[in-house]
Amino acid sequence: MRDVAIIGIGMTRFGELWESSIRDLCVEAALACFNDAGIDRLDSITIGSMSSGLFTGQEHLASLVPDYLGRRNVPAVRVESACASGGQAVRTAFLEVASGMSDVVLAIGIEKMTDVSGGEATYALATAADQDYEAFHGVTFPGLYAMMARAHMERFGTTRDQLAQVAVKNHENGSHNPHAQFPFTVTRKQVINSVMIADPLTLLDCSPITDGAAAVLVAPAEMARELQRGPLTVITGIGHATDTISIAHRADLLHLDAIELASSRALGMAGKTIEDIDFAEVHDCFTIAEILVLESMGVVPAGQGGPATLDGLTALDGDFPVNPSGGLKSKGHPVGATGVAQICEAVTQLRGAAGDRQIPNARIALTQNMGGSGGSSVVHIVEAR
Amino acid sequence: MQVPRFWREIPRYYRLEAAACVQCDAIHFPPRKICPSCGANAFETVRLSGRGALTTFTIIRTPPSGFTDQAPYAVGIVELDEGVRLMAQITDCDVDTLKTGDRMIAKFRRIREEGRTGVIMYGYKFVPDVGV
Ligand SMILES: [Zn+2]
Repeated sequence: MRDVAIIGIGMTRFGELWESSIRDLCVEAALACFNDAGIDRLDSITIGSMSSGLFTGQEHLASLVPDYLGRRNVPAVRVESACASGGQAVRTAFLEVASGMSDVVLAIGIEKMTDVSGGEATYALATAADQDYEAFHGVTFPGLYAMMARAHMERFGTTRDQLAQVAVKNHENGSHNPHAQFPFTVTRKQVINSVMIADPLTLLDCSPITDGAAAVLVAPAEMARELQRGPLTVITGIGHATDTISIAHRADLLHLDAIELASSRALGMAGKTIEDIDFAEVHDCFTIAEILVLESMGVVPAGQGGPATLDGLTALDGDFPVNPSGGLKSKGHPVGATGVAQICEAVTQLRGAAGDRQIPNARIALTQNMGGSGGSSVVHIVEAR
Repeated sequence: MQVPRFWREIPRYYRLEAAACVQCDAIHFPPRKICPSCGANAFETVRLSGRGALTTFTIIRTPPSGFTDQAPYAVGIVELDEGVRLMAQITDCDVDTLKTGDRMIAKFRRIREEGRTGVIMYGYKFVPDVGV
């Protein structure tokens, strides 16, 4: 396999973007990406979207996107793995370049979620769960994670304060991110006292409904060296794994096998251990999710995610900074775009271009993107060379 | 929901029919055609007891479309005495007094209805098992 570099990144602002359509968002992110890369060549496109059909009625993004990018005739494919669709798009682009099939591939992640009502959006998101044996009973995504949160609190003594600290920390980071949907800070008290969504999770434990797109351009590392535009950022590891679609069928509700396997495979491919990682962007769709991911990746032992968060381990100035971008919580979670936006943040940090949220001397980044309640996960290791 | 999609699940929704692997005895609900425990593909149909204990739950206060008339309602995972875990609503109780470990029994209940001309869907919900 050839070494694969990221030669351009671009994203739209995340938020309720009433004036922008799904095609507008894809084009805006791609244009920003081409501008950043400073090249005009494009061999192929991969598009990650969880459910453009349910959210906007528009399928066949594999034609729409190249058409409106002014790249008719370029091959394009849409990939789907629920909220991990973005990570899947980057992985697919990586494979095209690594294999030698294509040289310059654009990976776009997109979700336009506010063209439907809140109830319809909740329904669309719940299609990532088992339709006949979970969603049939009226469970929502906050509900699935709430069941994990309650079990975590009862088994390990995780507290409401510890869960809330994930939101406090991520909003603090997001307040320095110009792309963030909710760039304001919150207190633990505000998180705990916000409206209850699915006990014990409140509104501020949940990532929002968001419109947005993100794009990265990947190419052989050799070509990136010749372009010589800033530090070389190379994808050195990719891990991907799946798990049961129903959370009731997991051997341990509180250990996400797909995350453990995806991260260990990615680290193995990169020849690294979790201790080598300078910072991580992880899938904090709910506060409890960030804690479960930390534990499942082995950053901390099972049950220690809550206390470690309260102790500052994952803060911007902690020993293992997590979600410097603000995460899904503050930056927003346009589901198909999230996995690509995580890579954008990794590259921004590795370039030393993250401004007030910059992690000093960041050289090795891990991004972890999760589908549904942990039924799939994609992990990337990105290194500055 | 189209009628066949609901109708074909009736053996599971109405009678809790599960698949017992003839090779390793693992019981799967819903039934499978390949045993994830041993890889075998021969099963016998068995009916679940419907009795078990609540392992975790939540109270849905922001429901998806189709359930707005029912919120707030409890949904939980019950581990049946035969070791099978399944998710369902928990009803006929004060949801604020539910605790994990509570004994549960599956009952036949209306799940939801789709307006005046749509399907009325029935299935299993759990209720506290106070009769033990
Ligand atoms: Zn078996």
